[in-house]
Amino acid sequence: MGLRTDYLREVKAFQPSPPYAANAGKAFLVGGALCALAQWLANWYGGTFATSALEAHLWASIVMAGLAIGLTAVGKYDDISQFAGAGATMLLTGLANALASAAIEHRSEGWMAGVGGQMLKAGGAAIIYGVIAAYVLGLFWP
Amino acid sequence: MKRVGKQTWLFDEGVYIQAAAAAVGPLEADGPLGKYFDICYRDLYCGEKTWELAERRLMREAVGRCLQKAGVSAEEVDLFLAGDLLNQQATSNYVARELPIPFLCLFGACSTSMQTLAAAAALVAGGLADRALTATSSHNATAERQFRYPTELGVQKPKTATFTVTGAGAALIGRTPGRWRIRAATIGKVIDAGLTNPLDMGAAMAPAAADTIEQHFRDLGASPSDYDLIVTGDLSRVGSVIVRELLAEAGYDVSEMYNDCGLMIYRPDQKVFAGGSGCACSAVVTYGYLLHELARGAFRRLFVVATGALLSQTMVQQKQSIPAIAHGVVIEAAGQEPDGPRSGGM
Repeated sequence: MGLRTDYLREVKAFQPSPPYAANAGKAFLVGGALCALAQWLANWYGGTFATSALEAHLWASIVMAGLAIGLTAVGKYDDISQFAGAGATMLLTGLANALASAAIEHRSEGWMAGVGGQMLKAGGAAIIYGVIAAYVLGLFWP
Repeated sequence: MKRVGKQTWLFDEGVYIQAAAAAVGPLEADGPLGKYFDICYRDLYCGEKTWELAERRLMREAVGRCLQKAGVSAEEVDLFLAGDLLNQQATSNYVARELPIPFLCLFGACSTSMQTLAAAAALVAGGLADRALTATSSHNATAERQFRYPTELGVQKPKTATFTVTGAGAALIGRTPGRWRIRAATIGKVIDAGLTNPLDMGAAMAPAAADTIEQHFRDLGASPSDYDLIVTGDLSRVGSVIVRELLAEAGYDVSEMYNDCGLMIYRPDQKVFAGGSGCACSAVVTYGYLLHELARGAFRRLFVVATGALLSQTMVQQKQSIPAIAHGVVIEAAGQEPDGPRSGGM
């Protein structure tokens, strides 16, 4: 047996496989920490100026998204994602990073064709299917 | 000039690299070969407003420095051959716009460095040009945003991913005897091993590299020991092991003299995943470092095999596999050529 007999099968031995357990651990810790921070913010807002739980959660979301956009702008969010994987991409902060990174990237093509036209290219699918999923869930979850 | 075997051109009339130059970005300048590059920029923008303009500047500067080193004006060059990775080969076409030289644009993805060098050598050897200029470039940020994602998008890349080299290389080919002689070139076939992951291009390109290297040995009746160094373009940590294994299975042991430009250009502690890639990878390593080593006598004969993944984003999204190609050029230190292989007449 060798690479020449069945390349697609034999080449797998040469391709380093992702460290699934370590990746899952990092995703849990970083994703969990970010969620805990958001929850702490929501609780704090709820205890201070927010008049309802919904308002407190919205403010926490805005602050977390703003934080992610800030980290994207200074070029740090992609480093966090490389470390944390799904722990950084699957959150609301990941969506904020997807929109902000595309907007920054395409600033060179102008505000309309660049920022406006390309901003959703990385996060668009998440928004489309997020809205559809929310609608379907809303039918059963009053 | 004649064809030997199936895919190899032998240049017995004396075709020389008259001069060459390499321009690079910050990470490459900071790498182990940094001191061999002619022009080093400290940031990815290279003093320009956009990354695309930065890449163009790198190619323009490499071309300018190359002509300056050769002491030749652009008007004295008969042909310009260049290629890059951007759509419509934007960098090459826009650099050619500034030059008073007839232009052939070539695309071979990251094999473009040796594709243009082989074509230029053939055209000069055949008398269709007295002097031909070649150039190629790539830029980490322009390649990322064209082939992958926005540069700041948080995506966890696997260890098999490669890191596009920011830089440009240029070489002037002519018949005036110089320090480096182009002895042979092997033009590769497109080989598709069936891989579909654009974040593992080393494994996708290794079969093409092995095919071209084997064909070269067969065409010339040569063996690995005829070369001081056999170097692939950008197979990286993953693909370089595979190509050695593929060649070993064919009965060629290259472990003594094999290396990969993608492994040479960065230090192991630089965060570049499996290693460097891109058109500039083989170009700046060859035109910056390897020619220097030939000139000082560290090597006498090199076989540079530039590897290209002929990646199309649309094709990948349609679940098509990634075709690959590799072109090889034999460069010798002029005046101290080693004894050639028996039947190749090299």
